[in-house]
Amino acid sequence: MSEANNARPMLVLDNIVKIFNAGTVNEKIALNGLSLTINDGDFITVIGGNGAGKSTLMNAITGVFKVDSGSIVLDGEDIGHLPEYKRAKYFGRVFQDPMMGTAAGMQIDENMALALRKGQFRGLKWGVSREEREDYKARLAELGLGLEDRLTSKVGLLSGGQRQAVTLLMASLKRPKMLLLDEHTAALDPKTAAKVLEITDRIVGENNVTTLMITHNMKDAIEHGNRLIMMHEGRVIIDVSGEAKKNLTVEELLSMFAKASGGEFTSDRAMLS
Amino acid sequence: MIDIILSGCGQGIIWALLAIGFYIAFRILDFADMTCEGSMTLGGAVTAMLIWQGVNSFLAVVIAFIAGLLAGAVTGVLHTKLKIPPILSGILTMTALYSVNIHIMSIATGTSGTANLSLLKYIDDTVFAIIRSIIPLSKRDVTLVFGVIIVLGTIGLLYWFFGTEIGCAIRATGNNEKMCRAQGINTDNTKIIGLALANGLIAVAGSLLTQHQGYADVKMGVGSIVIGLASIIIGEALFARAKGFFFKLIGIAVGSVIYRVIVALVIYSGMPSDDLKLMSAVIVIAALAFTNYKNEIVGAFKKLFSRFKKKPEEKEEKSNE
Repeated sequence: MSEANNARPMLVLDNIVKIFNAGTVNEKIALNGLSLTINDGDFITVIGGNGAGKSTLMNAITGVFKVDSGSIVLDGEDIGHLPEYKRAKYFGRVFQDPMMGTAAGMQIDENMALALRKGQFRGLKWGVSREEREDYKARLAELGLGLEDRLTSKVGLLSGGQRQAVTLLMASLKRPKMLLLDEHTAALDPKTAAKVLEITDRIVGENNVTTLMITHNMKDAIEHGNRLIMMHEGRVIIDVSGEAKKNLTVEELLSMFAKASGGEFTSDRAMLS
Repeated sequence: MIDIILSGCGQGIIWALLAIGFYIAFRILDFADMTCEGSMTLGGAVTAMLIWQGVNSFLAVVIAFIAGLLAGAVTGVLHTKLKIPPILSGILTMTALYSVNIHIMSIATGTSGTANLSLLKYIDDTVFAIIRSIIPLSKRDVTLVFGVIIVLGTIGLLYWFFGTEIGCAIRATGNNEKMCRAQGINTDNTKIIGLALANGLIAVAGSLLTQHQGYADVKMGVGSIVIGLASIIIGEALFARAKGFFFKLIGIAVGSVIYRVIVALVIYSGMPSDDLKLMSAVIVIAALAFTNYKNEIVGAFKKLFSRFKKKPEEKEEKSNE
């Protein structure tokens, strides 16, 4: 990892605040003045207990909602005011729910074609061209899941792991500025999760794309990526990178969390192990 | 009898356009669009008014289509921009169209509050009459032939459209909205386009129906949503194994024809036509309930069947005691 050499910032979040149900009894400060600078080429794993604001952070970046205050600057452009569908061209996203990332009633090739046209005008040209299909076939073959022969199968017929793999492929089809993975292996069985993570590593490596990956699994958080951040109550409380991150152990991470969060360690332990 | 079936087919083929339009909203966009009750009438009212004004009836069909597009777009805007729930958006547009339709028909007569417009004086100006003046066919046959051509042409165009980039985006919107936005699709636009197209087709159905029956009436669209649903349910049941969009749409058209034939036969058998809507509603309720409770119903029948089988054994046991 040579983060010292390419310290060009890809995403700069400055003092982001997001409060849900403001002024009601259900008021929840989801992001509490969060600041974070992500450098080009970073592969950051994000951990934190339930309600720490991990998914809210991702949704704030992608514009699922507008933040209450703070700025979001992507590669030098302030994107905070853009609607979700306009920000989409910069991001590749994979969600926790395997059902979420694909259109179940459409074919594999049609789903991929939707992703290929991200950020382009969609007109009256054919939705999927013949040349594209060959390209999709080659990419699907690389997954090693036998999907290359099922180009015209409905995505709804695939297993959760297969759907996540296809979603990953779609997310990286047009090299995004950032890949955002929101616990994309949490709903899968351990073996499938490992396979999808392996594919993730390969896709991130091949495209050298800046990546943010939320995970519940501390071991995965340590093993993948070059930088690890831990969130708590809407803020980043731990940020480790480089050699220090490589040499982390789960036990060290847990005690760091206990110190930084001030004793709420036990209640969240289950969520983090 | 054959006459009744064939005239039912003629009606059915016109109503097929309504069913296909409703299918686009209901199945492709997953939007139960009540607008159709108003846009059907809108198509009829616009057409009758234009024919009264001396406009060519083919052009009137095109203008009816455009009017339907606008009506659908209004529902789309209510839902996407003003965040009104789908059913309510449709009901609001439908209600507003009631007044609009009366105003449109009033243009022709010059008296306000015109609730129906007869084409009796212009019966030679309808599309069907114009075709008959070129090709010698009976009134019934011309409806069938022209209707089949229009419906097949529409299905062909829709097959093409939903295979294009924008068409795929509309289909994906009905499938998974969150995914669409993540793929950079403006789902507001795709919904508005889809609803506009759906109601455009429904207005064409209203236009052709008006020219076929010789009048437009402000109430002609009442219950059309249930008729559309019934056609879709019949069509999907008959074409359950159909693969691909093209054959699904053919199935809907066939479903619409079968529905109209059933209606024609029921009326022929002496049922008062006032009870038709009740009958349609009951058919749709039964079909929807069956799809929701399929397993339970099939299970209950199996149980019943197995009980009949077991009965003799039970008797034997009893006699042994």
